[in-house]
Amino acid sequence: MLNYITSYLSSKSTPGQAGNMLWAFIYILLIFGGLSVAVIAMNWLERKILAHMQVRLGPMRVGPHGLLQPIADAIKLLIKEDIMPAEADKFVFWVAPLIVVITAFVVFIVVPFGPTHAVTDMNIGILFMLGVSSLSVLGVVMAGWASNSHYPLMGALRSSAQMVSYEIAMGLAVVSAILMTSLNSTGTGTLSMIGIVQAQQAQHTWFVFKFFPLGLIAFVVFAIAMVAETNRAPFDLPEAESELTAGFHTEYSGFRWSLFFLAEYSAMIAVSSIAVTLWLGGWLRPFPTWLSGDTWDFVFSLVPGVTFLFLAVLCFRSTVRMPKHPYFRVQTMGLAAFGGLLALIAIALFIPSVRDRIQDIYWFSAKVAGFMYLYIWYRGTFPRYRFDQLMKVGWKVLLPTGLGVLVLTAVWGVF
Amino acid sequence: MPDTTKYLSHLELGEPDQTFLDTNELIINMGPQHPATHGVLRVILKLDGEKVLGTECVIGYLHRGVEKIAENRTYAMFNPYVDRMDYVAAVSNGLGYCEAVEKLLNIQAPPRANYIRVILTELNRLASHMLWLGTHALDIGAITPLFYTFRDREEILKIFEKYCGARLTTHAFRIGGCLYETYEGFEQDVTKFLKFVTPKIGEYEELLTTNRIWVERTRGVGAISAKDCIALGVTGPVLRASGVKWDLRKAQPYANYAEFDFEIPTGKHGDTYDRYMVRMQEMRQSLRIIEQAVGKIPEGPIMAKVPKVIKPAVGEIYHSIEAPKGELGYFIVSDGSTQPYRVRVRPPSFVNLQALDLMVRGQLVADVIAVIGTLDIVLGEVDR
Repeated sequence: MLNYITSYLSSKSTPGQAGNMLWAFIYILLIFGGLSVAVIAMNWLERKILAHMQVRLGPMRVGPHGLLQPIADAIKLLIKEDIMPAEADKFVFWVAPLIVVITAFVVFIVVPFGPTHAVTDMNIGILFMLGVSSLSVLGVVMAGWASNSHYPLMGALRSSAQMVSYEIAMGLAVVSAILMTSLNSTGTGTLSMIGIVQAQQAQHTWFVFKFFPLGLIAFVVFAIAMVAETNRAPFDLPEAESELTAGFHTEYSGFRWSLFFLAEYSAMIAVSSIAVTLWLGGWLRPFPTWLSGDTWDFVFSLVPGVTFLFLAVLCFRSTVRMPKHPYFRVQTMGLAAFGGLLALIAIALFIPSVRDRIQDIYWFSAKVAGFMYLYIWYRGTFPRYRFDQLMKVGWKVLLPTGLGVLVLTAVWGVF
Repeated sequence: MPDTTKYLSHLELGEPDQTFLDTNELIINMGPQHPATHGVLRVILKLDGEKVLGTECVIGYLHRGVEKIAENRTYAMFNPYVDRMDYVAAVSNGLGYCEAVEKLLNIQAPPRANYIRVILTELNRLASHMLWLGTHALDIGAITPLFYTFRDREEILKIFEKYCGARLTTHAFRIGGCLYETYEGFEQDVTKFLKFVTPKIGEYEELLTTNRIWVERTRGVGAISAKDCIALGVTGPVLRASGVKWDLRKAQPYANYAEFDFEIPTGKHGDTYDRYMVRMQEMRQSLRIIEQAVGKIPEGPIMAKVPKVIKPAVGEIYHSIEAPKGELGYFIVSDGSTQPYRVRVRPPSFVNLQALDLMVRGQLVADVIAVIGTLDIVLGEVDR
């Protein structure tokens, strides 16, 4: 039994490949937990970052600097009355959020957080991700239809049209990246998520810089399409608040609504992971060739710890700046404790054995976090596209661009 | 469940499409509880998919019978009520009413009062336009300008608060002039504000004017020709954006607007983008007027000689001013008693709202929102 547990640690492959169900289960739990934490953190960060862009403070009351706000929100949503509209199609109404949330989580099976840090490495990994994530449109349409109400119906129709059209542009961009993986001695490419990153490692370049500017254009096409795919600003028409009140989930409340919320954020993380894997070198650290050698490896391996140390210092700085009033004592202590927690994580990350194992995950997460910041930034900056304009961008701009890039990549690859 | 289609006068559903698609037209109800109808406007939309085939506005959810109330109040007592019509431009409402009654009494506000009136009214125009910009941008999906404009509008409201104690429904003016003398440092505050806000307007423009999505969402949307505007009685920035150079501050100068040098910005196409540009330039022109006025407020009384009991001679008067949203007119009939026999308000929002149907027919649902925003209606004024 012990052998069964420990044998995986030295196997240098993913639990799925090693056929180790126990570790696969542990990985699934870790990913599920980590994703939930990420969504909660994202909720807080989005509100804070957006608030600071908009000259306001954002949540400040629940916990120090509103740190407990997402938890308070989650509790509020869970204890809310479960409302099912009388005219709704009960079963479809019930099953729609489940489909959305399950598809949003299932895709993470193949996301490679590191060379071995994935639940499994499918040989059709990227296809699996695109396929499963596009199933969520089914849940959206079902939600809109089952609500039996005009606004959700229009929201659902908009979102299905949008998701279907942008998937094509997205797919073309993905194919051009996959073509690049076949540029090796055998001439065979790969659809495996881990294989794609390893191809970038072997070619000593991230695909975003490959065949400059073709890789970059494909990346930009994907980056635009993925925002539309996840129904976020400026393509947030399905839930255009000022037009359709809340789009397809207008009639949902409480826990069911929170499932849509959870799905939206995990879908954002999922598509960002695809972008990171395909173009930004997945778990690879920046400048692997330019700043190579043991010294640089060591320096870069310290970055995770330094990041958390920086966050801890920020926390302590805010602790010192908290109002010196007895009312704020608990909050100040809480903030100090949070800073302490971050510092502990930082120290743990400096331990050599942890450092080596964790840095792949760190670089992957850091790149995804960059995309998350972009999402928030878009939301703070752009107005919303109109439906016909959205379709125009999808079909008349992104699709031809994606197709052109695909053909040019193929031609360039041959010669 | 009541059939909503029954309330429609001209929005009849068409026959279902007899082709294999079997589609039908859809009537949906937007408002009165809707985030983007600027209050309690209810718009019934007849849609073919996303395309708008017709609209019908249902108003009156905020009706308080302001005009009827006037008949039971003395002239001075009614003054605060007008602030509650267009509550984002309360100062302009007060100015219009006070001047109308002054005209009826045949008295003139002293020059100092006129200067204070102009400064406060133009500040209010800025505040109103800022609120319009923020909410309009929010309707189109840009959420950030709202907070910028509210931050800067706050400075205007602070000046109002310091001047007369109220921020929104100011009741700043009285019949015959102003009640309050300017406070210590009023002119410095206004000058400071001018310095503060000038770059801010550039900041809003930076976010929107050349923003590709913004331009696509507003250019060619809700276009209305000058002829239609005049036929419908549409005034204000909406009329000017269609290319008609008509501003009551120049056309029929009231207060002492004739003394100031400013331009009337006009547009060409009468679309949402032009209306946006006209209002942005109007904000700059307002700053120009305030700048000219603040340096030379004359000394003197702030109140004309007004009888203790206001009892105008039998007669009627129509006086209109250029409110931020268009021509705001007061028609007052006096029967020689202390109370007006009839007060009729010509609210710009109400008249401009008529153009909604014409502007959105054949466009998309999202454009309805943009057009409601660009008409700059305040339901307190529409319903009175």
